Amino acid sequence: MKKEQQLDLYYQMVLIRRVEERGAELYQAGKIGGFMHLYIGQEAVSTGLIAAREPRDRVITAYRDHGVALNCGISANQVMAELLGKVTGTSKGKGGSMHMASVEKNMWGGHAIVGAHLPIASGLALGDQYAGNDNVTICMFGDGATNIGYFHEALNVAKTWGLRVLWVCENNMYGMGTTVERASAVAEIRQRAEGYNMKSGRVDGMDVMKVYEASKEAIDYVRGNSQSYLLEVMTYRFRGHSMGDPERYRKQEEVKKWQENDPIGIFRKHLIEKKTATAKALDEIEARVEDEVNKAVEFAEASPEPPMEELFKDIYAE
Amino acid sequence: MAKITMREAISQALMEEMDRDPAVFIIGEEVGVWGGTYAVTKGFYDKYGPQRVKDTPIAEAAIIGAAIGAAMVGQRPIAELMTINFAFSAMEHIVNQAPKLRYMFGGQFSVPMVIRAVGGGGRQLGATHSQTPDAIFAHFPGLKVVSPGTPEDAKGLLKSAIRSNDPILFIEHATMYQVRGDVPDGEYLIPIGKSKVQREGKDVTIVTYSKGLELSVRAAEELSKEGIEAEIVDLRTLRPLDMEPVLESFKKTNRAVVVEEGWKSYGVGSEISSRIYEEAFDYVDAPIRRVAQKEVPLPYNRTLEQAALPQVHDIIDAVKEVLK
Repeated sequence: MKKEQQLDLYYQMVLIRRVEERGAELYQAGKIGGFMHLYIGQEAVSTGLIAAREPRDRVITAYRDHGVALNCGISANQVMAELLGKVTGTSKGKGGSMHMASVEKNMWGGHAIVGAHLPIASGLALGDQYAGNDNVTICMFGDGATNIGYFHEALNVAKTWGLRVLWVCENNMYGMGTTVERASAVAEIRQRAEGYNMKSGRVDGMDVMKVYEASKEAIDYVRGNSQSYLLEVMTYRFRGHSMGDPERYRKQEEVKKWQENDPIGIFRKHLIEKKTATAKALDEIEARVEDEVNKAVEFAEASPEPPMEELFKDIYAE
Repeated sequence: MAKITMREAISQALMEEMDRDPAVFIIGEEVGVWGGTYAVTKGFYDKYGPQRVKDTPIAEAAIIGAAIGAAMVGQRPIAELMTINFAFSAMEHIVNQAPKLRYMFGGQFSVPMVIRAVGGGGRQLGATHSQTPDAIFAHFPGLKVVSPGTPEDAKGLLKSAIRSNDPILFIEHATMYQVRGDVPDGEYLIPIGKSKVQREGKDVTIVTYSKGLELSVRAAEELSKEGIEAEIVDLRTLRPLDMEPVLESFKKTNRAVVVEEGWKSYGVGSEISSRIYEEAFDYVDAPIRRVAQKEVPLPYNRTLEQAALPQVHDIIDAVKEVLK
């Protein structure tokens, strides 16, 4: 990968981290309502994955979607404005944290019902198959989503119909507070692919370059063979499931141990060791992000509330 | 004008729209090789091929989910549910996904999808296969619910539904496929969201739709012999609900009976009568009566099943009650 692109990935990961850190502050200050699920710790997953797509490849994900939205090219301004429920947000303030999307950026939504977007992902790919193109649909979901029936129905038709879907399971080891071992009959999520005669892979999700390489290979396979692929990405969320999670299900030592594997720290070290960038250059990127996020917060706070007529708008097309 | 069956009317609508627009395709259980379990898509597979008449596994969430996704990226799928009772296996996608996507994402997404579902009781299929749960689906803003009572309406409404950019649940009654009626020659469309006076009368207003229309027409004919002229308003669309013809008729007759096949509690009759009370209270001369299914899971035994379903004599009794 070219130096510029590597630095861009670093920028994206830091951007996600800072947007969410500020988001958490604004949530604590009561400026963000509802549920908010932070991606902190998992930044390398969507950053590496989405870097491997062509712009025509579609992305659809679950409710932990701020990072995915930013990786797809939705601006920090729009993400922050949506968090604050402002009309300038991705969804005009009517979706909130869990419902970021942009048709223009080929980002088909954060979806808040566990597993329900998987059959829809099959549908996006069916639409492309029907149109006769070779776009790939990248569908992301957590380990928890693999235990609900939608997962089975969606993967089964994807394989049966030869749909181009890259199924990406972000295994962060917990579905809310329940470990994978307590919820899933198989220890490795990738094993489920065998039941669909589907190719699968497993990759370290704390290393953005490894995620990128594995994703690139998987996307090429999906496009070239008109087949689905299940990629399991091993990762860990540093924060609770959502804001206000008492985290009684895991020990602080475990979290600390994983935080030593910070995906941003790992990548920073890699870039410096390989002499791709100097520490100073990376600090400059971080300063640029700091500035961008400050401006995004200012933009969101200054943005207007949705006008009252939005209440009855966009229920129907006609 | 040609006299054709409900089945032929629906089949014609599908074929005309598939011929008109290559983005239209059919997806569902046994729609292709089998020819449709109610033979509505008989011959389609040979004419249009496996891509446009797509057979699926028995997996309703996958069917509706696939239709939603394909619709979001510009196709115009018609998903078929073999019976509306199977809609419960795809409830998430029918009520919690399709109707929400446009609104929740600030108007970015369109879901131009039709779900054809076969509903209704009366065929001794037992409690799980005989329901008329239309009112449940009509509860959700963002979804449109259409249910025709004549071949003419079925054809014109289905064609409009296929051309609509909104998700539409199109409910057909399982016992009405052989019902015959006049259908205009050539192409025509009937707008969604418009109720219609199907029979004129001055003494009482019967508000109904789908199977209830067939029963109400027969009741009206009987009543006519006794000098009672019932006006029948066919809702045709449950959401968005068009109350204008209902209120107009009621203001003339001052008495109403609402006929539906679903259960009475929290049903279509509850909604219609409430709206009449709210919007035309000064015109009420007698309490509005609701004719509906008895509050039981439908039994298999024919006599018991018929006793639970609304009958022509129930409508006649209700009309006489409101005319007292």
